[in-house]
Amino acid sequence: MIAFLLRRLGQSLLLLLIVSVIGFAILHLAPGGPMSQFAAGGDMTQADLDRIAEQLGLNRPLPVQYIEWLWRMLRGDWGVSYRDQQPVLHIIASHIGATLELMLTSTLLAMVIGAWVGILGAIRRYSLFDSLATVGAMIALSIPTFWFGLVVIYVFSVGLGWLPSGNRYTMGDGSFLNQVHHLIGPCIVLALVSTAVWSRYMRSSMLEVVNQDYIRTARAKGVPERQILLRHALRNALLPMITITGLHVPTLLSGALVTETVFTWPGMGRLFLDSISYRDYPVVMGILMFTAVLVLMGSLLADLLYGVADPRISRSGR
Amino acid sequence: MNKPSTKASGLALPALHRREVLALGAGGILAASGLGSRAQGKAPPPPPAKPSGQVVVGLSQEPTAFNPLMPGIEVDETVWMQIFNTMWLAQPDGSLVPDLAAEVPSEANGGISEGGLAWKVKLREGITWHDGTPFTAEDVKYTLELINAPGFKARTRVGHSLVKDIKVTGPLEISWRMEKAYAPYLALLSNTFIVPKHLLEKAADPNTAPFNGAPVGTGPFKWGTRTPGDNIQLVANEKYHGKGPYLEKAVLKYVPDQTALYAQFRTGQVDLIIGTGIPANFYAEAVKLPGRKVVKIPSASLEVLMPNLEHPALSDKAVRKALYASINKQAIIDIVFYGLHIPTESFMPQESWAYDPNLPKQVYDPALAGKILDDAGWKRSGSGVRMKNGVPLEFAVSTTTGAALREQCQQLMQQDWQQIGIKMAINNMPAAVIWGEFYTRSKFQSLLVGTAFRTVIDPDPAHRFGSDAIPAKSGNGANQMQWQNAEADALMKQGQETFDTAKRKEIYQKLQVLVREELPILPIYQYAPVEGYKEGLIGYQPNINARQNTWNMGQWYWAK
Repeated sequence: MIAFLLRRLGQSLLLLLIVSVIGFAILHLAPGGPMSQFAAGGDMTQADLDRIAEQLGLNRPLPVQYIEWLWRMLRGDWGVSYRDQQPVLHIIASHIGATLELMLTSTLLAMVIGAWVGILGAIRRYSLFDSLATVGAMIALSIPTFWFGLVVIYVFSVGLGWLPSGNRYTMGDGSFLNQVHHLIGPCIVLALVSTAVWSRYMRSSMLEVVNQDYIRTARAKGVPERQILLRHALRNALLPMITITGLHVPTLLSGALVTETVFTWPGMGRLFLDSISYRDYPVVMGILMFTAVLVLMGSLLADLLYGVADPRISRSGR
Repeated sequence: MNKPSTKASGLALPALHRREVLALGAGGILAASGLGSRAQGKAPPPPPAKPSGQVVVGLSQEPTAFNPLMPGIEVDETVWMQIFNTMWLAQPDGSLVPDLAAEVPSEANGGISEGGLAWKVKLREGITWHDGTPFTAEDVKYTLELINAPGFKARTRVGHSLVKDIKVTGPLEISWRMEKAYAPYLALLSNTFIVPKHLLEKAADPNTAPFNGAPVGTGPFKWGTRTPGDNIQLVANEKYHGKGPYLEKAVLKYVPDQTALYAQFRTGQVDLIIGTGIPANFYAEAVKLPGRKVVKIPSASLEVLMPNLEHPALSDKAVRKALYASINKQAIIDIVFYGLHIPTESFMPQESWAYDPNLPKQVYDPALAGKILDDAGWKRSGSGVRMKNGVPLEFAVSTTTGAALREQCQQLMQQDWQQIGIKMAINNMPAAVIWGEFYTRSKFQSLLVGTAFRTVIDPDPAHRFGSDAIPAKSGNGANQMQWQNAEADALMKQGQETFDTAKRKEIYQKLQVLVREELPILPIYQYAPVEGYKEGLIGYQPNINARQNTWNMGQWYWAK
């Protein structure tokens, strides 16, 4: 187990290094740069732009900039945002709360509804419910998120006036109910796609299990149907879901780019977009590394949990 | 609308940035259009005795730089003008009103002497910083010196680098000398926010001082809280030296997508839209919204076709004249921009005291354009594209991708020019690419761009038109067209050295005639952005001489 962990950690570090080199290169080789936002206005002279570029270290060769960045990163200094003048870690921390709030709520919603729809679909295979759920999932998966977000705003905010058209809360009213009210719109949009995905996975996973011999045996022994489903089938059907959950962790923290933008949600997704459009290299690299670490941790966690949930996949033998 | 980043949409429409704003003397349009105080209704109720209520100002870009001397974009000024003060402030009518200073120095009152070389300013009594420390001449001296300090990331040193020998001659008296006479400095100081010496000098490095994240100033509002990516809350400074503030709280709310921002204005989540404003395609609907006032505001930004004069075809004046004669300006304004913007012939905003209204009017005349090219020796070749001495008459027009309305303009121009044998390619790129070296080092063939040609609010365009201001030729400025004209250089030098407004007006009118003749830029229209506010808000007043219309937010209040 420990050897497995160490090996995985070693691989992860190597992967992180590769991600950082590629990310850094792509970002810096893309044309344009952080100074462009100031040049657009035209009230800074070339000397001003040159001076600031020099002060930011942007005129040094790319490999030197990378090594400087890596060295600072290794010592825990993620740099200072060009746009915001704040430490990168501080900026990430200030956006993560909004993202977590949104993603946890919508994921929980999607998991519960998705699992329920999937299980029911599998048990009542080819029923009207199953067909409706299948069609519904296909539609949900094919709807572009930004379009659906706009429809929700148009119908529920502008048309009916039931929901706010965006933001995390009304200015001047930070109450819990107000925040919940603001969560509904983006949650519907985010949960729609995830629900469809979860329900499809749950359905096929459940179908596989209910056709196994041990289920048939249990039925033959006269175990009540409810108990068969909950104690025997569901437990095993949930196994593949652990992997999916593990891989979903990064999304929880890195945010939903489109939904956050459409609903003016001040989270990580929008921070990432803003930072890219301003070529705010330190922040983009920070988010990139942060997400990479999460992806690796998520898959590691899934592997470990898998071993816990299903003793047959124990690592000790390897 | 489905643009992934709306921050980019801010950058994509730099024309809507009133980053450099226009010169003194803009009273006319305000009075004529009723945008001034009359727009607020006949007899506004008096302001509250004590600050009360809040206003939510919607912005499509996020203010992120709070030290007013450091690099920032135009929207950052919405914060600076609440927290800080300048020595004097430009009013909508163009006059300069003393703010931190007791009076605006001039040759008449002796504040400016020796032909503009010696300056002396008396400061107002009884001003304190938000932390209670008294404001003194030392703060002004510190600010001017900090801008020129070698290691400090100052936004710009234009004008300030000429300041020498700063002397504090009394607690509220300061004097300095200028290396050369430079009339625009008066305007530059109306946009130079004074920072507190006692806080910044304590910091090990002013570039990273805690002050930069929680500024302390002398302005009508104090720094409150900031939720990055979302909003900034400012609270009333009850010890403010001027009128107001009347609002207890001012919230600057960042809504990146312009359509989303408009939706929030419609549903009442934001009280105002300023800055990039209401998109032109929503204008007709917006004016009909109940409980909302929507106004076209004066702007100093122009939409121009900016040729690179080093391009073999575009360097020929005849080509530029022919191009200009075959741009269908009115069609562009009416069809693409819903008739909002104002056709113009000058690089100067039409509200400026230096504006020349008698410039020859552009007439859309493709036949004339063809004749100009024929006369200049640009003959049609077999492919239909004109040639002269082996140079084909073809070039690319670039603008920011995603600016849908501009892309339509490009198509209109392309069609018009094709008919007279000019081949135009469209070469659009993202904002961060366009405004990088492509623009600053004149690597474009031509740009469709919105920009302004002045020094802050002064009509001086030397850093945009001067021969020594071409970055691609080691110059220091923003003359990306690479225009070199000895007569224009002489006029601009004269304009900088003259302090008499009447004489300066004459100089800049001559320059406008010259620019209209030489066409280093092809002016298309002057922007008329649309802002909107909730009915009942008293005090909102567009000011072409301020960079953002939150310039007088300290005097806003709600009618109750």
